[in-house]
Amino acid sequence: MEEFLNIFIKSAFVENLVLSYFLGMCSYLAVSKTVKTASGLGLAVIFVLGITVPINWLINRYLLSENGILGMDLTFLRFILFIAVIASMVQLVEMVVEKVSPALYNSLGIFLPLITVNCAILGASLFMISREYDFSESVAFGLGGGFGWFLAIVAMAAIREKLKYSDIPAPLRGLGIAFIITGLMGMAFMGMMGIDPAIFFSGK
Amino acid sequence: MSEMKESKKALFPMTKKEKRLLFDPLNDNNPVTVQVLGICSALAVTSMLLPSIVMAIAVTFVIAFSNLAISLMRNYIPKQVRMIVQLVVIAFLVTIVELTLKAYSYPVYKQLSVFIGLIITNCIVMGRLEAFAMANPPWQSFLDGIGNGLGYGIILIIISFFRELFGRGTLLSGTPIEMKIIGAGSDFWIDTTTNSWFGWYTNNNLMVLPAAALFILGMIIWYQRSKNPKLVDIS
Repeated sequence: MEEFLNIFIKSAFVENLVLSYFLGMCSYLAVSKTVKTASGLGLAVIFVLGITVPINWLINRYLLSENGILGMDLTFLRFILFIAVIASMVQLVEMVVEKVSPALYNSLGIFLPLITVNCAILGASLFMISREYDFSESVAFGLGGGFGWFLAIVAMAAIREKLKYSDIPAPLRGLGIAFIITGLMGMAFMGMMGIDPAIFFSGK
Repeated sequence: MSEMKESKKALFPMTKKEKRLLFDPLNDNNPVTVQVLGICSALAVTSMLLPSIVMAIAVTFVIAFSNLAISLMRNYIPKQVRMIVQLVVIAFLVTIVELTLKAYSYPVYKQLSVFIGLIITNCIVMGRLEAFAMANPPWQSFLDGIGNGLGYGIILIIISFFRELFGRGTLLSGTPIEMKIIGAGSDFWIDTTTNSWFGWYTNNNLMVLPAAALFILGMIIWYQRSKNPKLVDIS
């Protein structure tokens, strides 16, 4: 449990996918205009990340690696299989959201299917491989990464709602200032780099 | 070599539309600063010039050929599964790029790490497939792909030029023609040992951090939009 929380907090705050690795920037910038849609997309990302990372872990371990079921080293198929899993999961989320909340479905529009090409999702699966997590760690990493993404996009949307009332030079308005603010937020999050969350749980 | 000659011959009598496809993405319709696509990799790989040049070439290759392939198949793909078909084509091309880099240029491969794989989810590729290749003939789609790849590459190279110059004081480090510009020692062009003219200067560590890429990109957008007022965001 300790290990689980450790990785969850680390991937949500210390190694935030958006603000430390700058993954998933396209939808992050495009959907962060109002807090409501931003939190909707954030929740969808938490869900998709929380499912796809463990599934991709299973696929990588039992299907693609040399001592899996097939007994062959098929790691060159990794990209194609991972992206297929992600695409089908996104399709699932899309159907659920359409059924449960048509209003949210309409406001997210094209960005719901575009979660497929949100680099944070595939990036998390690839990080999970390169950091050699085990299964429970990959569950924690998926949920934590999704939560970090949610946090970042909601914070950004809140800032941008306030920005509407400030006097910014015309050429910098919109996209330009959004980049600079993201940079500042990234620097703030950088302050947490190197913190090991384990110290909070070990009681030292 | 013969391939290059052929493409040159074919490129010469370009119609106005084809020229626009090739050169519009460099400024008026730049994929990064105007269409807001493919930001992730533009930020992550640009701390040095060499990996960003490699990345630009790789992305151009992938966009151009996936555009070509999808455009050839566009009338046969059922609408419901088009995303998956597109992704499979892209993933196939990216796997080629990855294996080629791994074989011929291992240090650069190591440096780019997951970002080669992330070309699959680089929104420029998907975006161009959806917006252009699904509705246009192969040759034009191919040109559109090359144009967008170049537009992306230019931004990457500008950002990484500033980041490497001010962050490390070198340019093109890792290649045989590495240039040492700012730093302490007589082999640098601008010597910053303490008793020299530029002794006050030390490398700016902020430039090495990814946040610097965001600032530089913000500046590029500022500059571009003040030169090109029709791009200004009114909302």
